[in-house]
Amino acid sequence: MNINLTMFAQALSFAILIWFTARFVWPPLIKAVEDRQKTIADGLAAGERGKHELEISAKRSAESLREAKHQASDIIAQAEKRATAIIEEAKENAKAEGERILVGAKAELDQEVFRTKESLRQQVADLVVSGAEKILRREIDAKAHADILSAVSSQL
Amino acid sequence: MSTEQLTPAEYIGHHLSFNAQSVGDTGFWVLHMDTLVVSLLLGIVVFGFLGWVVRGVTAGVPNKRQAFVELLMEFVDGQVKTIFHGNRHAFVAPLALTVFVWVLFMNAMDFLPIDIMAAFYQHVLGLHKWRAVPTSDINATFALALSVWVLMIFFSIKVKGLGGWIHELFCAPFGSNPLAWPANFAFNLIEYISKPLSHALRLFGNMYAGEIIFLLLGMWAATGLVGTFFGALLGAGWAIFHILIVILQAFIFMMLTVVYISMAHESH
Repeated sequence: MNINLTMFAQALSFAILIWFTARFVWPPLIKAVEDRQKTIADGLAAGERGKHELEISAKRSAESLREAKHQASDIIAQAEKRATAIIEEAKENAKAEGERILVGAKAELDQEVFRTKESLRQQVADLVVSGAEKILRREIDAKAHADILSAVSSQL
Repeated sequence: MSTEQLTPAEYIGHHLSFNAQSVGDTGFWVLHMDTLVVSLLLGIVVFGFLGWVVRGVTAGVPNKRQAFVELLMEFVDGQVKTIFHGNRHAFVAPLALTVFVWVLFMNAMDFLPIDIMAAFYQHVLGLHKWRAVPTSDINATFALALSVWVLMIFFSIKVKGLGGWIHELFCAPFGSNPLAWPANFAFNLIEYISKPLSHALRLFGNMYAGEIIFLLLGMWAATGLVGTFFGALLGAGWAIFHILIVILQAFIFMMLTVVYISMAHESH
């Protein structure tokens, strides 16, 4: 049980082993473990973030869906309104057009009537003048009584 | 076995003889080759294994080897973390890992059946005297304990400065009153002497006692059929219990190492 040189030799090998462990074993090992811890922590954080983003985008998509529906119904309502307006306008236009045509036709008719009357009057005047001419062949000088004749024809 | 020709005292004496090689004139210049070779061989194998695993270490998915080594490392690191508050990765935690693993494997040599191994050493390797358990050599345990002791003083001086350390020698734990200086110094002296003593002798005592029990059981086994039966039965029981002691003593040795070193870092 005596202490001898063995102790110092043993202490030397102990020192070598400590150096080896502290230099070559521990640092890479702790680095690997800490790197992995960081990776796992990052992964968990990313997962959490992804979940959160999913929730947000789900909410956003529901909102945009609702908005789109709302817009669509707006558009439909507008279109209906526009359609009735167009129909109304068309009716209005048609009525106005009809009236215009009617007025035109009436005017044309009036004109025709007037023209017919005119020509009839002319013919009657001519007939009257020729009748009177035939009766008054001898007494009436066309030249001398032209003013009387034109006065009569204008009165007809 | 050759033990049948021996008296019990010779049997035990034979098993407790070191393979001593004299390298000088006096009794001090002696090397216990068995202690040195076994401990160094274990150190090379075990730390070589660790170094080999660490060479292929990856931060990604670890293989089983790496996971096992990481488990060991995290066990040690967890223990160190609770005691030592500082940058433990620079020195203290690797030191703790070295102490734990090395002492564990040196202690574990006790599991080898003592008489079969003695026959193996004698007939295969031609070694008449060979003790396989380095930690049952007081030189080995004192080597570890005194190395830790030197580190303890080194860190004391490094952290507090030489003046701070000397100040603490005289002014702690009873205060800086000059009247308390002798008491403080005596107290610290006793502490500095008792720490490596208890550190080394605890491990040595446990492993030495374990070896003696195995020897006694082996001796009983040589007395006859009943002795063989009970010797084997109790030997198995003691070996199973010894698993606990081997691990526990390695653990305690590591914890004391960490405690001493971290005490050196704290100033009073």
